[in-house]
Amino acid sequence: MVRFELNGAAVAPEIEEDATLLAALRGPLGLSGPRFGCGAEQCGACVVLLDGAPVFACTLPAAAATGRRVETVEGLGTPEAPHPLQRAFLELQAGQCGFCLSGILMAAAALLHRVPRPSEAQVREALDPHLCRCGAHNRIIRAVLRAAEEGVAA
Amino acid sequence: MNLAFKGIPEDGKPRLPGSLHVNRRLDRWLTFHADGRVTIRPGKVELGQGILTALAQISAEELDVALARIRVQAAATPESPDEAVTSGSLSVQESGMALRHACADARRIFVSVVAQRTGVPAEDIAVRDGDFLAPDGRVLGSYWAMAEAELLATEASPEATPKPAADRQVVGRSAPRLDLPDKVFGAARYVHDLRLPGMLHARVVRPPSRGAVLGELRDGPLPGDARVHRDGSFLAVVAAQEHHAEQAAERVARRAGWDERDTLPDDAALESWLRSAPSEPIEVASREAETPAPAHRIKASFYRPFLAHASIGTSCAVARWDGATMEIWTHSQGIFNLRADLTKALRLPAEAIVVRHMEGAGCYGHNGADDVALDAALVARANPGHPVRILWSRAEELGWSPFSPAMLVEVEAEADAGGTLQRWSQQGWSNGHSGRPGRGKDPTLLAASMLAEPFPVPLSINPPAAGGGGIQRNAVPPYRVPALDVRAHRLLEMPVRASALRGLGALVNVWAIESVMDEIATLAAEDPLAHRLRHLDDARARDVLSEAARMAGWATREKQEGRGFGLAVSRYKGTGAYCAAVAEIEAAERIFCRRLWLACDVGEAINPDGIANQVEGGAIQATSMCLMEAVRHDTRTVTSDAWERYPILRFSEVPQVEVTMVSRPEAPPLGAGECSLGPTIAAIANAIADALGVRVRHWPFTPDNLSRAM
Repeated sequence: MVRFELNGAAVAPEIEEDATLLAALRGPLGLSGPRFGCGAEQCGACVVLLDGAPVFACTLPAAAATGRRVETVEGLGTPEAPHPLQRAFLELQAGQCGFCLSGILMAAAALLHRVPRPSEAQVREALDPHLCRCGAHNRIIRAVLRAAEEGVAA
Repeated sequence: MNLAFKGIPEDGKPRLPGSLHVNRRLDRWLTFHADGRVTIRPGKVELGQGILTALAQISAEELDVALARIRVQAAATPESPDEAVTSGSLSVQESGMALRHACADARRIFVSVVAQRTGVPAEDIAVRDGDFLAPDGRVLGSYWAMAEAELLATEASPEATPKPAADRQVVGRSAPRLDLPDKVFGAARYVHDLRLPGMLHARVVRPPSRGAVLGELRDGPLPGDARVHRDGSFLAVVAAQEHHAEQAAERVARRAGWDERDTLPDDAALESWLRSAPSEPIEVASREAETPAPAHRIKASFYRPFLAHASIGTSCAVARWDGATMEIWTHSQGIFNLRADLTKALRLPAEAIVVRHMEGAGCYGHNGADDVALDAALVARANPGHPVRILWSRAEELGWSPFSPAMLVEVEAEADAGGTLQRWSQQGWSNGHSGRPGRGKDPTLLAASMLAEPFPVPLSINPPAAGGGGIQRNAVPPYRVPALDVRAHRLLEMPVRASALRGLGALVNVWAIESVMDEIATLAAEDPLAHRLRHLDDARARDVLSEAARMAGWATREKQEGRGFGLAVSRYKGTGAYCAAVAEIEAAERIFCRRLWLACDVGEAINPDGIANQVEGGAIQATSMCLMEAVRHDTRTVTSDAWERYPILRFSEVPQVEVTMVSRPEAPPLGAGECSLGPTIAAIANAIADALGVRVRHWPFTPDNLSRAM
């Protein structure tokens, strides 16, 4: 049986243990933020945090999350109480189609937790597993740096 | 309708701006609500380019209401005006100018009714955030109080006069994107996120190669309730749970037997195929002149293989068949055109098909969005009452979407001893650049040719010169030259489906023209900037070029080992936005573009930040395309069907970009989405020549292709 903590709440999605974590999140758990992009750990659209570290939900078996903490963009913040990253992404209009943003926001959140004041090079490195086709990269990097400046509550 | 594609019809009716001319009813475009909101209904769609925000700004401006009161309804065939395809950087011209006029007309109608009722002369009535005010400040009424009056159940009048540029308050100032908050909070906004009661999930099992015919299909167990759907060589699986459909597709693929054959030129043979395939000629421009014997002559050819759209999200659609009506949710760029092809492929009348737009991942042209809609409809028809959602795999997205056609351009140019151009001839070869649905006798949708009763695969057409052309897009140099001969050749064989990708033929043509201009400047020992400026008659082109050069410090650039600077300029389609680029590259183990400076002139800028985002995004995408991208294939199938075999630029490789806009609020808007790609590519090619002394003639600009040029 698959059981884990999702954005602070205990969940037990009805799904086979060999299904992917992404299938569990988008299927029985009804989330939209984690996205399918390639199914092969090559684009980062599916990235969520597992015990605070970025993982590719598109290949990770759901059972691997059992007993652990899963965070998705839905848990990051809300329109009423946005995470500093979400606020910075909106202030700087850091995105075009937005399909890559859920994964990028989660990777950036993990980075800022680990390195509260990263250099631009560290941001680029942390986001390198993520593809963006629209060319919003520089705005995204600036938004992560702005969120860092404003301070992210640990 | 895509006016620049089809042309404005000569129907004898008073001319109205943009697509209002062919969708004249005001209530088709906007509706006021008693609760203080107004809905606008453009027929153009959000592709991640921010168009809905720009259209909302234009509408708020002319109505004199706060931007926050505007709701933009996604395009749908039952309610929206038919604005054909969202393409060609035409949405502000076609939809924006229609809405500007329609909203100005709506305002005029409401004010005149208030004037009649109150006796206050119309010219004395002001509109403030939807309230109608008398000169003494009395509120005489509002759009909201009169929302039920059906005042918009009429055709637009040519007499409406939108505000003069100097009076605009909302337009011309950056507005935050209406769609971005949902995307930052992970809300369900994409068609991928649509969940309907009783929805089934399907996957297509693609043939192992092009033209393969499905033979024997072995039986075997499938996960969950998964079952097979087969129609000729169209093979799919459907299940209640998505991961069951995914697993079933893998199993069924192993059980299917296919008859395969060679249908493609090998990718190494593609360039010679372009030269030798049968083709039809297209006259583009020609002008004879007596010219002196040339002191300098350049003859060069520029080759680019097929390119993929490579969107981060894969194509997706939901379809529901209730026995009488097929309802489709799609991220197509043209819902009416898609419906037209679905009527053919499904053999249903148009009245039986409803197509609704929902956003998808970034769309840069005719990708798999339309194809997957037919896939979903085919499976839905076999499962009446159940919505069916199909999501393409990454391999389908990179391997089976339409591609931007492989292209070859040859230039021969002559200059006198002073480097002044005398003669220019240019020829381009490629497939037509549009295989979009809705324009021909047979459907262009992928599955149509695989059905038990198959349709032929229509040859892609080449957009006419009036629509900016396809192969010949930007093939006429913007420079003064006495003798000119420009031709294009549309190939009459199409080994893989070719269609529109951001910029169409402009990417190769601008690369070719701007490389040759640089080479002539070098032969004449003239600075590339000065050489261009003295050949440009168009002051707006000169302005953006000078501005980009100023931003980059062109005059004081320093020569460094392994580094190079290049510049380029172009006016998109010859009629659209102007853009100039300066690139700085580093030649290491491969080429890296480190910095880009872009100056553009888009005429009136509706949402300046949105335009800057588009111009920068186009430049980064172009950097990726020219440095890294090529569709790979063997004689049977596309092999670059995973990111590792079709790599695109990553965060660590992205150049710094600066964008400046030359402000022209009085000039007509020109569209911004595609103007930066051609100049960026050409500037990078010229920077490579500056760094290495090598003129790259084969795309992508990889070490292999550079060494061919040495």
